[in-house]
Amino acid sequence: MKLTLKVWRQKNSKEKGKIESYDIDKISPDMSFLEMMDVLNEKLTIEGLDPVAFDHDCREGICGSCSMFINGEAHGPDRLVTTCQLHMRKFNDGETIYIEPFRAKTFPVIKDLVVDRSSFDRIQHAGGFISVNTSGNTQDANSIPIEKQKADNAFDAATCIGCGACVATCKNSSAMLFVSAKVSQYALLPQGKIEATDRVLNMVKQMDDEGFGNCTNTGACEVECPKGISLENIARLNREFIKAKINS
Amino acid sequence: MAKLDSKVPKGPISEKWTNHKNNIRLVSPANKRQIDVIVVGTGLAGGSAAATLAELGYNVKSFCFQDSPRRAHSIAAQGGINAAKNYQGDGDSIHRLFYDTVKGGDYRSRESNVHRLAEVSANIIDQCVAQGVPFARDYGGLLDNRSFGGVLVSRTFYAKGQTGQQLLLGAYSAMNRQIARGKIKMFNRHEMMDVVLVDGKARGIITRNLINGKIERHSAHAVVIASGGYGNLFFLSTNAMGSNVSATWKIHKKGAYFANPCFTQIHPTCIPVSGDHQSKLTLMSESLRNDGRIWVPKTKEDAQAIREGKLNPTDLSEDKRDYYLERRYPAFGNLVPRDVASRAAKERCDIGFGVNKTGEAVFLDFAAAIVRYGKEKAHLKGLDEDDIKVVNELGKAAVKSKYGNLFQMYEKIVDENPYETPMMIYPAVHYTMGGTWVDYNLMTTIPGCFAIGEANFSDHGANRLGASALMQGLADGYFVLPYTIGDYLADDIRTGAISTDSKEFEEAENDVKQKIESLLKTKGNKTVDYYHKKLGKIIWNKCGMSRNADDLKQAIEEIKILREDFYANVLVPGSSDSFNEPLAKAIRVSDFLELGELFAKDALERKESCGGHFREEHQSKEGEALRDDENFTFVSAWEYKGNPSDAVLHKEQLNYENIELKTRSYK
Repeated sequence: MKLTLKVWRQKNSKEKGKIESYDIDKISPDMSFLEMMDVLNEKLTIEGLDPVAFDHDCREGICGSCSMFINGEAHGPDRLVTTCQLHMRKFNDGETIYIEPFRAKTFPVIKDLVVDRSSFDRIQHAGGFISVNTSGNTQDANSIPIEKQKADNAFDAATCIGCGACVATCKNSSAMLFVSAKVSQYALLPQGKIEATDRVLNMVKQMDDEGFGNCTNTGACEVECPKGISLENIARLNREFIKAKINS
Repeated sequence: MAKLDSKVPKGPISEKWTNHKNNIRLVSPANKRQIDVIVVGTGLAGGSAAATLAELGYNVKSFCFQDSPRRAHSIAAQGGINAAKNYQGDGDSIHRLFYDTVKGGDYRSRESNVHRLAEVSANIIDQCVAQGVPFARDYGGLLDNRSFGGVLVSRTFYAKGQTGQQLLLGAYSAMNRQIARGKIKMFNRHEMMDVVLVDGKARGIITRNLINGKIERHSAHAVVIASGGYGNLFFLSTNAMGSNVSATWKIHKKGAYFANPCFTQIHPTCIPVSGDHQSKLTLMSESLRNDGRIWVPKTKEDAQAIREGKLNPTDLSEDKRDYYLERRYPAFGNLVPRDVASRAAKERCDIGFGVNKTGEAVFLDFAAAIVRYGKEKAHLKGLDEDDIKVVNELGKAAVKSKYGNLFQMYEKIVDENPYETPMMIYPAVHYTMGGTWVDYNLMTTIPGCFAIGEANFSDHGANRLGASALMQGLADGYFVLPYTIGDYLADDIRTGAISTDSKEFEEAENDVKQKIESLLKTKGNKTVDYYHKKLGKIIWNKCGMSRNADDLKQAIEEIKILREDFYANVLVPGSSDSFNEPLAKAIRVSDFLELGELFAKDALERKESCGGHFREEHQSKEGEALRDDENFTFVSAWEYKGNPSDAVLHKEQLNYENIELKTRSYK
């Protein structure tokens, strides 16, 4: 395959960026999108140019590092995949592909396609945990049975990989899907109920302080989420938040 | 020179850990506040250790090269975590988990460490459930289990095919609680460049900030290395792109012995290599072997027809298929340990039974499982068990609920639907049992420098059983190190803060800066990946699934030449004071180029076959591994002497007092 790549280049967080155009050849449809980027970077390096910086690590769709906005969509045109699991067979020979970083005020660009998502970590610091020490004296794991449906729903919420596609996709750069996934996981489990009130209030406050926007129920985040985190979690977050507000 | 003393406590094996805990020194809560600990790596071992040490009151500084601790490669572990809970009532016990792990490791692990691992395994599950880790449950609301290779009980706890993710997010949440309290200071996008020794003790590290290239000094009273394994030595592996040996190699060069470097796990069920463009390989969880049956055609003609696309595997009748694991190992069948399953696949493919274009793939087939589950569900629902359509539909749904994400991953990569046609799989590098030598307290031969999780060598011998890596990582971090480190730190309660202004820190910092500048100055004509790929090919072809003396000697020479070429001709673009991934990678590859040589040397010196280490000169008539217990029942611990090939071998004799050394049989 032959392709024309229009790639966002930005030296660092202070300088302005712009789109650069690169032609690339001999791309196999079996390559992943990031393997195609590897080919581009080998070429740029040999030509004495600066390779394109992008975040990536596990390359199997679970670490949440990769974060490209491809042809106007977070993680590109395929559904339920991250960029590393997107394959070139989803593109056509001769196509022009636009590659940009995840864009949000809360995700400042570090270089090229690499953004700073530490705001997500700070939201988790505010309440994304259950306060239990490691002692070896914790009660037996089977002492509290948990209804299978609830356990499964908690698991589905917990599969969020924290990539930020929801924020990059949302017109308001809202982080509600991300926050709701964590709040839901714990709200659905008996172990999480003790701290539920403080958790939801603190996490939502941190989310607001970071500058993430509000949810408008558009649902684009759910469509672009590589793990298929359901919008129902946002409904649960709202319920938990209102309940906490009334109780507090 | 440090002495190789394993410090295994005296007494009966089942009482060693309890007695040891009762007798080691403690640090009072007030004194813990005066003590700093550095933890490098935030995977299951590093994350759980950092959180627990902080809960205890130590001041923890945690480092990871990723942009968040949540992205450490433990996140990618799929299948599950073992624990001797015996919830299934199938005869499991601490002793059985201990026995299975020692046997699975082909009698090359330290008995006392493995027994401790089995003892604390049950606590791990309790801890994780209390943290809100959503393990799979049955309809009664209790925890579900599955089976893994090399055992005859169901003791593996899981969360679909994402167990590592859920456990790591549990450890990450425990870290977050301590970060919020200010007890963990987190340094993301920081790479450890060297360890700093003051008066012979580990007292800090030099790091590079991967965003702006700044070289920084960090001091502490102890340094814990939890940086994972070195499977990326092979270039193609299931490890994450950033996984590297650098932290463990740096401490090795400063005095920590490196143990059993050649013990590598080649995992039998990975998606086969499809072409030269590939940057990494993807694992298909071992849990799939609970329900999938592995086969190749009985005749070479059928295998060739399948390779050429003239025959569909689904059209081949049962009598024309060779379920070779079930044939060779009737007792364990498809659930033999990983080393055995990998070699068996290689054996079939080497003589012409491979089923994909490259001839290096076998089938993993779910058709029988789909029918079995389908009939069961149909019976439960009162539907017709002989209606193929109904059975297939229900069966596929059942398989999806167990392995959905794995099937989806396979489909995205291979572009084939594994519900309709069998998966194709082939062995790939997955885990390294070798690592930094540690004593019973998990301390390396550098006082004050500890190694935990995959970064150490101690628990898996020559072959790790499935679902045991997660168990060991969390055992070390949650339940072992937090006790044993206190015994060392008890001497440091009056030391006070360690200054970073000493000449030791300055020297270490200057060495790091010099190395970086010289890599950037080379301005050769070959990229870092060029060298990494070359190195990977040497190691895979000559030190891979089967090894012989000639190949290993050649590998050592070839790696030396490649390393010289690297330093003369590598092209590292950009500058040292910016975000520069090729530079970070060049440093990692330079360490792999040294480790590779030691790896081959270790394999050459171990003139026996055991676990994942298969020497062609040492095999039975049936092609099974032949151990040499008389001469090789020891841990090879290598001391650095300036050049990988000059390393000096120290032996830790392994004493089996509780388990009889036997030929491992899964027949």
